[in-house]
Amino acid sequence: MDVEKVRADFPILDREINGYPLAYLDSGNTSQKPRQVIDAMREHYERHNGNVSRSVHTLGTEATEAYEAARAAVATFVGAASPAEIVFTKNSTEAINLVAHAFSANADDPRFRLGLGDEIVISEMEHHSNIVPWQLLCQRTGATLRWFGVTDEGRLDESRLDELVTERTRLVSVVHVSNILGTINRPERIVRRAREVGALVMLDASQSVPHLPVDVAALGVDLIAFTGHKMCGPTGIGALWGRYEVLDAMPPFLGGGSMIETVELTGSTFKAPPDRFEAGTPPIAQAVGLGAAVAYLNGIGMDAIAAHERELARYALDALATVPGLRIFGPTTPVDRGATISFDLAGVHPHDVGQILDNEGVEVRVGHHCARPVCVRFGVAAMTRASFYLYTTTDEVDRLVRGLGTVRKVFG
Amino acid sequence: MDLYQEIIVDHYKHPHGRGLREPFDAEAHHVNPTCGDEVTVRVQLADGLIEDVSYEGMGCSISQASASVLHDLVRGRTVAEALTRHDAFAELMAGRGRVTPDEALLGDGVAFSGVARYPARVKCALLPWMAFKDALTRAAAEPTTVGGTHHD
Repeated sequence: MDVEKVRADFPILDREINGYPLAYLDSGNTSQKPRQVIDAMREHYERHNGNVSRSVHTLGTEATEAYEAARAAVATFVGAASPAEIVFTKNSTEAINLVAHAFSANADDPRFRLGLGDEIVISEMEHHSNIVPWQLLCQRTGATLRWFGVTDEGRLDESRLDELVTERTRLVSVVHVSNILGTINRPERIVRRAREVGALVMLDASQSVPHLPVDVAALGVDLIAFTGHKMCGPTGIGALWGRYEVLDAMPPFLGGGSMIETVELTGSTFKAPPDRFEAGTPPIAQAVGLGAAVAYLNGIGMDAIAAHERELARYALDALATVPGLRIFGPTTPVDRGATISFDLAGVHPHDVGQILDNEGVEVRVGHHCARPVCVRFGVAAMTRASFYLYTTTDEVDRLVRGLGTVRKVFG
Repeated sequence: MDLYQEIIVDHYKHPHGRGLREPFDAEAHHVNPTCGDEVTVRVQLADGLIEDVSYEGMGCSISQASASVLHDLVRGRTVAEALTRHDAFAELMAGRGRVTPDEALLGDGVAFSGVARYPARVKCALLPWMAFKDALTRAAAEPTTVGGTHHD
């Protein structure tokens, strides 16, 4: 993979920040967008704009075809059995909430029936979007929320798997790649145990689909959630993948246009998935943009992107180890970890670290990264996080390390 | 950069009057949910004067240095004087770098002028001041209350 060639596709990377070339090390937060995606969305608005699934005219037909082509591209990208297994949502958060709302005391399908004595299992490593929807669900139904712990090395602690995932478990929902520790979780054991007890398995794939080849069939899970803006696509669109039979067992989420078969004032009937879950006018141009993003990533190759990021992670872990007083949270070797590295610099608050780095054009994220339980687990209020992507260079990692030298000087 | 003035870094490393002290009329605990910065401020009044302002907190250099400066600026002042200083500091922070601070009124607080140009950090600087105003309002409203059990 030729990084300089890739970088030429991203107009924003030409920017200067505070007199320095931009070093964007916050792709775990949101990725930058290649010209191909921006152009596809502009062309859609300039040439093909119409509403989908309800127009007989030419523009409506073109828009519908573009929207469905994007669904098919996304389906192929994650190894779905058919495009009908992809539900477009606003983001990962909405995808997870959609699944949470499928559970209730009187669900038709027993797998989605949830009440007192039933359990949902998550982990201490989750983003708030894979914690709060389940807390709310447990409040609604009286079910109990349980979780896997995290080891000192930042790995999922599966040592109590059989006690945690039991006949009472209805769903296990864990993160595929941690947005804060960078840990790559292998769900095989969890899936095997869930199958034994008849529980469903969901993965929050927000940080894996953009960075690794993901094949839902190989993962063996039932549902995954991911989002467009972290994979070179626009904001405002994400996706829920589910095995069709599982999606088909789920009741509607939001009600409205496009998701119904017939509507009478006395009651309505609903379409099959994925339409059942896409009420109202969907994010059409955003879907077109996401389709273009998938084409872009395919053009470079997810294997090549993953290899590039592995190399960056190895390089950055070595480079950061040379900074005095720096402590890395999560795996310190580039094995089963992504190119997202969170750390603490002794005596300096992450907000100050981030501010001084920004002054030199190095953009990192600081705070609790929407994964506050991880900060609590490691005894800190906040962390500084550098997260890389296909356009990140080792030179940018060097600038991060030099910037940390400036931080130490200011607070020395 | 103009954000990390030496005065601010000094207050951060060597805070003035830090630590929660007794007795106190009222206290307030404020949190900045976006970054997790926290501060608890206690106010003790005597004869219309702010006899003591004590505080404890965790957070970035801006929020912690701001608490230290706050302590210097309002301790020993009348309630009215303290509120004038609060308002002047708040005005400086809202000024996006276009307000010229009154050094006679704000002392070391003028070092925070640069912070006003960083909207993401203004909340950090204001955090202890908001907690102080909150505690002061409670203390002034219930001058005989001891033990300040109010929390946000």
